[in-house]
Amino acid sequence: MSSFQSLARAMFLGFRRDRGALFFTIALPLLFLLIIGGIFARQSTPKSKVLEIGAVPVVDQIPAEMRAGIDKSLKFTKVSDRDAALEKVRKGDYAAAIEQSGDRVVLHYSAADQVKTGTVQGQLDGLVQAANQAASGRPPKYRLEGQQVEDRSLKPIQYITPGLLGWALASAGMFGASTTLVTWRTKGLLRRLRLSPVPIRSVFAARVAVSLGVALVQTVLFIGVATMPFFGLKLAHYWWMAIPMVLCGVLAFLAIGMLIGAWAKTQEAAQGVTQIVVLPMAFLGGSFFNIDDAPRWLRVISEVFPLRHLNSGMLKVLVRGEGPASVLPQMGILLGFALVATLIAVRVFRWEQI
Amino acid sequence: MPKTIVANDLRKRYGDVQAVDGVTLSVEEGEFFGILGPNGAGKTTTLEIIEGLRQADGGEVTVLGRSPWPRDPALLPKIGVQLQASSFFERLTAREQLRTFGSLYGVPDRKADAMLETVGLTEKADTPVEKLSGGQAQRLSIACALVHEPELVFLDEPTAALDPQARRNLWDVLRAINTEGRTIVLTTHYMDEAETLCDRVAIIDRGRILRSGPPAALVRDLDAATRISVASGVLSETEARALPGVDDLTDDGVSLVIATRDPSSVVAALAGRGALDGVQIKGATLEDVFLELTGREYRA
Repeated sequence: MSSFQSLARAMFLGFRRDRGALFFTIALPLLFLLIIGGIFARQSTPKSKVLEIGAVPVVDQIPAEMRAGIDKSLKFTKVSDRDAALEKVRKGDYAAAIEQSGDRVVLHYSAADQVKTGTVQGQLDGLVQAANQAASGRPPKYRLEGQQVEDRSLKPIQYITPGLLGWALASAGMFGASTTLVTWRTKGLLRRLRLSPVPIRSVFAARVAVSLGVALVQTVLFIGVATMPFFGLKLAHYWWMAIPMVLCGVLAFLAIGMLIGAWAKTQEAAQGVTQIVVLPMAFLGGSFFNIDDAPRWLRVISEVFPLRHLNSGMLKVLVRGEGPASVLPQMGILLGFALVATLIAVRVFRWEQI
Repeated sequence: MPKTIVANDLRKRYGDVQAVDGVTLSVEEGEFFGILGPNGAGKTTTLEIIEGLRQADGGEVTVLGRSPWPRDPALLPKIGVQLQASSFFERLTAREQLRTFGSLYGVPDRKADAMLETVGLTEKADTPVEKLSGGQAQRLSIACALVHEPELVFLDEPTAALDPQARRNLWDVLRAINTEGRTIVLTTHYMDEAETLCDRVAIIDRGRILRSGPPAALVRDLDAATRISVASGVLSETEARALPGVDDLTDDGVSLVIATRDPSSVVAALAGRGALDGVQIKGATLEDVFLELTGREYRA
């Protein structure tokens, strides 16, 4: 085995056997996805419940083709006691109660939830119109035709997946690099490696290679879970562009981590400073909520964080279906971050504690 | 004899502290050389300069005919440096550790495994380094320094914090390595260790070498009194004081201790009186030389 390979192997084994690291890089982000994604996946507008007092022919005789549409949003329950029915509407247990005597159809509703009431009213109005039209025996003159357009607004799972993944990559990359460097220095491993004839760049290249490998595993697992039917992430056409995107992002995070590790004297300092960078970066980078909804000044500030650019690039290729060329600016920015941080880290770098 | 290390007037300053203040020393091929000194005497810095880990402010050093600074990848495979017993890759077993370090020098796995046997860690081959005892970790760190069969080995307090059995076991390992013809440079706090192992020692303090030479020669040069003790009561103090060659005398009720620079006359006289019950004869040791040179006061 070449020294590069054996170094990479040693570092990988060290990672794989570190339960803490495995938890924070793999399990915790997946847990977040499970929780946050699970909450949003289950979040759909419940049907409005409508009480049907006695026989209501306009409801009972809905033509079959209309029935399917109505059933998506309304749920009818037949009751006979009018007063009890009205009381239930008053209490808010039901959105409305409907009754019919002859040609007169009466809808009782409470105005507590205006959106819901509006929906119910509209739907039932449509029903009555349809019944009127059917009674006239003439074909309808106007017809409303529904055509679905491609939905550009993001569903929660679509921005949560790239966001949480970005956060996972950022913390794994930064914590990994900063604490490794400090540990190696304090334990004397750095000195040990310096005393071997191996070029120092091989040592760092091996560390970077292992981190990139771990990041790819994180990415695959994460996207794999998010595309499960329960979460329902639908990958866009150029999803594979996420791979070079992730690699650029991780390079930037590693470089910042190395910079922190080069500067920090103790493990505690390295962890503290990394945390101070990672947490605000995760929030402002749009990992936990859609940053596009944030005020403009916040969006401007968020640009200083590499995670923001990783997240927006990942959104483009994973979700929005934009082409590979669309993320080149993001990739360039991330590589720029990596380059600048590396250059500073090299200047700050110390082999020894003192 | 070819010189393995030649250091001439090495100097190194850290802020206000002149850590190394004109150290000159040479180590010959195959020699077991000890560097002794109190804490903060400049031992470690001197070694670090020779190993090529630090640049001296002044003076020259050559190791195996080459300059250790700046980092010289052609020299590095010829030297082995034992570091703290913690300088390992995390969560790797003893065998993986040694194989990894071996691979940095192109050493095949089978040879790395053989080194594990040399330091008596074959049974611990699959134990993660974090689970090794102090002595085992110490031996592994020595194995890591030796895995590429360097010509010159640096050991920094290799037996610190070891129990007596582990120390002796390690001494055997070190002697065996030296017998193979490797040059060893050792720093230690244990004078008995230096006396037992080293062909030559240098006593260093305040960044300077105070004295150097074979331990036995240093002890002889000290011209210190020999202490002869016998059980109290076999001889009265007055009788003892009358013996030939007695410099000083104490009796603590357990032992009667006679200090003398003429031990043969004292022992002969004691033997003539049949007063050799429980006799113990202690000559000066390297420790006496060390304390004589560096002072007895406690340094925090």
